[in-house]
Amino acid sequence: MSTINLILIALRALQRNKLRAFLTMLGIIIGVAAVIAMVAIGEGSKESIQSQLSSMGSNMITVLPASNVAGGVRIGGSSYQSLTLPDVLAIQRGAEHVSAVSPVSSTKGQAIFGALNWPTTLQGVAPSYFDIRKLTINDGIAFSDADVATAAKVCVLGQTVISNLFPSGESPVGKVIRLNSIPLQVIGTLAPKGQSSFGQDQDDIILTPYTTVQKRILATIYFQSIYASAVSETTSAQATDEIIDILRGTHRLRPADENDFQVRTMEELIKTLSSTSSLLTILLTAIAGISLVIGGIGIMNIMYVSVTERTREIGLRMSIGARELDILLQFLVEAIIISVTGGLIGVVLGITSAKVISLTLGWPTVVSQSSIVLSFIVCAFTGVFFGYYPAQAASRLDPIEALRYE
Amino acid sequence: MSGSKILELQQIRREFVMGTEIVRALKGVSFDVFSGEFVTIMGSSGSGKTTLLNILGCLDKPTGGDYLLDGVNVSQLSRNELARLRNHKIGFVFQAYNLLPRTSALENVELPLFYNPELTTRERRERAMGALASVKLVDREDHTPSQLSGGQQQRVAIARALVNQPVMILADEATGNLDTRTSYEIMALMQELNQQEGKTIIFVTHEPDIAAFSSRTVTLRDGKVVKDSKNENVRSAKEALAALPPADDY
Repeated sequence: MSTINLILIALRALQRNKLRAFLTMLGIIIGVAAVIAMVAIGEGSKESIQSQLSSMGSNMITVLPASNVAGGVRIGGSSYQSLTLPDVLAIQRGAEHVSAVSPVSSTKGQAIFGALNWPTTLQGVAPSYFDIRKLTINDGIAFSDADVATAAKVCVLGQTVISNLFPSGESPVGKVIRLNSIPLQVIGTLAPKGQSSFGQDQDDIILTPYTTVQKRILATIYFQSIYASAVSETTSAQATDEIIDILRGTHRLRPADENDFQVRTMEELIKTLSSTSSLLTILLTAIAGISLVIGGIGIMNIMYVSVTERTREIGLRMSIGARELDILLQFLVEAIIISVTGGLIGVVLGITSAKVISLTLGWPTVVSQSSIVLSFIVCAFTGVFFGYYPAQAASRLDPIEALRYE
Repeated sequence: MSGSKILELQQIRREFVMGTEIVRALKGVSFDVFSGEFVTIMGSSGSGKTTLLNILGCLDKPTGGDYLLDGVNVSQLSRNELARLRNHKIGFVFQAYNLLPRTSALENVELPLFYNPELTTRERRERAMGALASVKLVDREDHTPSQLSGGQQQRVAIARALVNQPVMILADEATGNLDTRTSYEIMALMQELNQQEGKTIIFVTHEPDIAAFSSRTVTLRDGKVVKDSKNENVRSAKEALAALPPADDY
């Protein structure tokens, strides 16, 4: 029997019981639609969690000087000086998994504007620091590499500093403040960032080119730390290894020597991120599995009922020349048509409901192609798997008895 | 009858094992049927006529003996080959019509052709329409069985039996569910197919007056042929129909 005839026969059989075919399909439709909508919600929240974590700088790598022993006395890491500009440049050139790198040279001081003053931290950084820490400019501009080269007396203010020095709400951009005795022109302001996860006020800060701090205030060639960002969260381990290799090279350490620096990543954040997303995935896979199995059992149930109800039809078909295989294929194709059609409708319904959910409830949803493909494959497989046994039962009927079946 | 030999039954035996007992339904049945014959097989219940019909229809295989259908020895065929033989050489007409519900007359008639992969959709449709025409139901092609009377349903079933151009039509108590008038109508149609189109018909029945319309009667009892006689004066179903008192119109 040709494939077209087979499909025609199955379609006509389904046509005779449109309502029942549709109700059977409903199990699959709801199953697939639920899977796609759920995965869309899951992916959406995963992505928003991910972007939130990234904004905290989950791919950030910090290089600090290590504590060291000088004449038997352990010196604290922060007072030890080992990081210099050649280190920064070497990382910039040599590390493939690092997307940005910036030195940090910071000092504390009293910021003064007019009659007001405020104790704060002055951080000397490179322009790439804005990227690494995900800082955004609210007003004005950030300083550039040219400002770094000339040790320009310009700065960008954090919101806490602004609210203390400019309480009346006027724009600080263009004003000249003083830090201790150094005048600095405000060229930009930072968007508020709030507290860090350790309770630090991240807005209580003034940013300025690192050369300005090094040359005009501290008179040093060393940095307190180096900030870098890995290309992504997943490559931060490789990036760390690269940085260690490079710094051991620039510091001319022999293989036996301990590192005179330490490299830290946001490992906890990364762990949280991956465990959250994998938990979500497991949960959704479970839901997907359960709903599709229920849909499949629905198909199996209906197909069995259908085989019993259509015993005479099967007997008749056999008497007019249908082979066992023809009967088997007919029922199997009926089951597959139900599940595949249900799957297609389910895909459309799932995508639509994901869109409706994000429009009405404002939840972020991302319809992933893999969930569409996967749920479709699963439901086609469901049709074959759950349709096979009823189909086999039909094909094994004895035509003589089937014809006399009441 | 002068046609070629279509059926050849030689010492057909059929035994069923029921628990520890062996039931002998057919104990050596032999007869031939020639092309163009209209044979009725008579017998009371338990005589083995249903078993014989199943064997004639290639739904069952004999335990012993040879059955040649159109020159092919059925005993040696596989189940798939039997299915093919049923599709190509036999047209079944059943007592209970066995039409597919909620399916138009035309689609019901087309059904056997779906199992014949050589036909195109157009040929299938044309042949089905042709078969409907020969049972005079062309104007009912899109009616479903529930919209047809019993006699009309049986005519659709006959069209379905004709559509594959089989070498013989096998009818199993085909008038058993019908009243006398409709029975005669069906018999008139059968006679017409037999006499005008030369169709070979084997008609299983237990009603003697139906047997009177056929050209030959084979009578079975206890699994054996007890009588095999030619019917010298075949009764015309058309005339019998005309002789019936007019139908009461309520």
